[in-house]
Amino acid sequence: MGYVINRLLQGLTVIAVMAVLVFVGVYAIGNPVDMLISPEADQAEIDATIARMGLDKPLWLQFLVFLKGAAHGDLGTSFIYNEPAVRLILERFPATLELALAAILIAVLIGIPLGVIAGLKPEQPTGRGIMAVSILGFSLPTFWVGMMLIMIFAVWLGWLPSTGRGDTVSFLGIQVSFLTVSGLRHLILPAVNLALFKTSLVIRLSRAGTREVIGQDYIKFARAKGLPESRVILVHLLKNMMIPVVTVLGLEFGSVVAFAVVTETVFSWPGIGKLLISSIVHLDRPVIVAYLMLTVMLFVTINFAVDLIYAALDPRIRRKESA
Amino acid sequence: MTETKVSGAAPTLVVEGLKTHFFTEAGVVKSVDGVDLCVDRGEILGLVGESGSGKSVTGFSLLGLIDPPGRIVAGSVRLNGEELTTASEKRLRDLRGNRIAMIFQDPMMTLNPVLKIETQMVETLLAHARMSRADARAKARDALGRVGIPSPEERLDAYPHQFSGGMRQRVAIAIALLHSPDLIIADEPTTALDVTIQAQILAEVQTLCRETGTALIWITHDLAIISGLADRVAVMYAGRIVETGSIAEVVSGPRHPYTHGLIGSVPSRNQRGHRLTQIPGMTPSFLALPPGCAFAPRCPRASAACTAMPELAGEGHAVRCFHPMNQPQGVPA
Repeated sequence: MGYVINRLLQGLTVIAVMAVLVFVGVYAIGNPVDMLISPEADQAEIDATIARMGLDKPLWLQFLVFLKGAAHGDLGTSFIYNEPAVRLILERFPATLELALAAILIAVLIGIPLGVIAGLKPEQPTGRGIMAVSILGFSLPTFWVGMMLIMIFAVWLGWLPSTGRGDTVSFLGIQVSFLTVSGLRHLILPAVNLALFKTSLVIRLSRAGTREVIGQDYIKFARAKGLPESRVILVHLLKNMMIPVVTVLGLEFGSVVAFAVVTETVFSWPGIGKLLISSIVHLDRPVIVAYLMLTVMLFVTINFAVDLIYAALDPRIRRKESA
Repeated sequence: MTETKVSGAAPTLVVEGLKTHFFTEAGVVKSVDGVDLCVDRGEILGLVGESGSGKSVTGFSLLGLIDPPGRIVAGSVRLNGEELTTASEKRLRDLRGNRIAMIFQDPMMTLNPVLKIETQMVETLLAHARMSRADARAKARDALGRVGIPSPEERLDAYPHQFSGGMRQRVAIAIALLHSPDLIIADEPTTALDVTIQAQILAEVQTLCRETGTALIWITHDLAIISGLADRVAVMYAGRIVETGSIAEVVSGPRHPYTHGLIGSVPSRNQRGHRLTQIPGMTPSFLALPPGCAFAPRCPRASAACTAMPELAGEGHAVRCFHPMNQPQGVPA
């Protein structure tokens, strides 16, 4: 229990510090009023708008107002849409979450087996080939790969659609694409595009983990016990190798959600990444702040979950923390 | 290659001319270079040598567990008359943990840290026998009890890190004994343990082997451990057996200068107040072995003849040396 409380307190501290940094940082740049008000407006109108948006108050007071709202789950109202920023983001969040989960799933399903194979046969053509491909995955820019995917699979071959989410259905109260044929077809290209970098990362992590674990005595002992090779690999090796992979994947999941911006832009995927880009262009401060705060909370939550999964995978951690 | 002689007195294990070489970028490392061994049912053979003499590689070769770039290049290993060097991987897997078991040096590293003791024992049982999980668990529990682990039922659900080093080695021994193997290869299993625990484990392993008729190869660098445990001893140097015989013969009248040096460097009560003798020089690199006898550069008795390789000569107590010590009467030099 002490372990859980300790991690929770750490998370809350991070959120508090980030709130200050994000608020001050975003409010130090630009003047949104210039972009919102029509050029013909007179000074009285300008002042009225500034007062309505609360921009006439000193920074510290604005921050207190922000904090007061944040405590009630209100991170401000969008200047552009005139809607609560949190609602704007949450409306688009399922699309991004779905894309990110699909990408992580692809990265795990492809990356771990390939990484293990590369780790088991480091000197053979298979192993070397897998590593060469993973370098490509690391080096090619996401937007370029995205455009190539559209060109090949959407334009030339015409197999898959290239923009939007397709048909969505309600699943547990949120709109999802993956349960309809059209939605699934729309999901494939952006998910593959987003997964490319993560897959390469998982391949490298799995390979390094495999190489380390395979040399351990307990693997040799497992073989000396006469276990089938499949059990040595799938149980003895995989369970030990997964510990670092889970940690990194957890952290990477946060970054996939937060930085799906490029892929969402290329494939016109209606997620929070696209919202962020347009909010930055229009200096829609409340949306930017809300986005960053939600991202921080997402990372903190994921870190927390990773710690718990980690403890579940490795009995030594459970023991140490509870002792 | 089939063994024709199948009699009741056939030894459990016969190794002839075993060569295991490692093909590294720096050259061919001949870790095991022509080793002959023979172990009878219920017999305990001590395999003694310094670090890097090839004794552990010999042990792994018997199980067919040599990882690339190493491989067995020549020789034969016969378990109960069955040739193992040419056996299929599947056949070897059936034998490992079942007819031949191995105990490793470092008990902290042998058990998988993320799997329960029960899992690690039950999987060994199920790999070689058809039985229900409940039966397997019961068998595992009994095996833990037999090696002296208190409250085995609860300990089955523990993880390796909840055991001390000595207890972990007992678990490893219990796993090795699960299928009452014909042969156990123990690779310095007590080196990493406290002296008191060492003595307990030695005594227990000895008893268990005697009871079940299991043959045991005890690999060690410590002649003192072997002298209270083994029936026979084989001394290894640079990939070859240099002397072999009954433990009493070898310890009381070592014939190879290397064995003599090993015994001279063990502290004993008779030599109180004297300096321990030590063998000059170091174990040679396998990549730069001298021609002929590998021990010659460190040997006080070496002569020009030693640039040729001596044969392992003698019935019973055999030695690989042109100038052996402690000549038995009536045998010309």
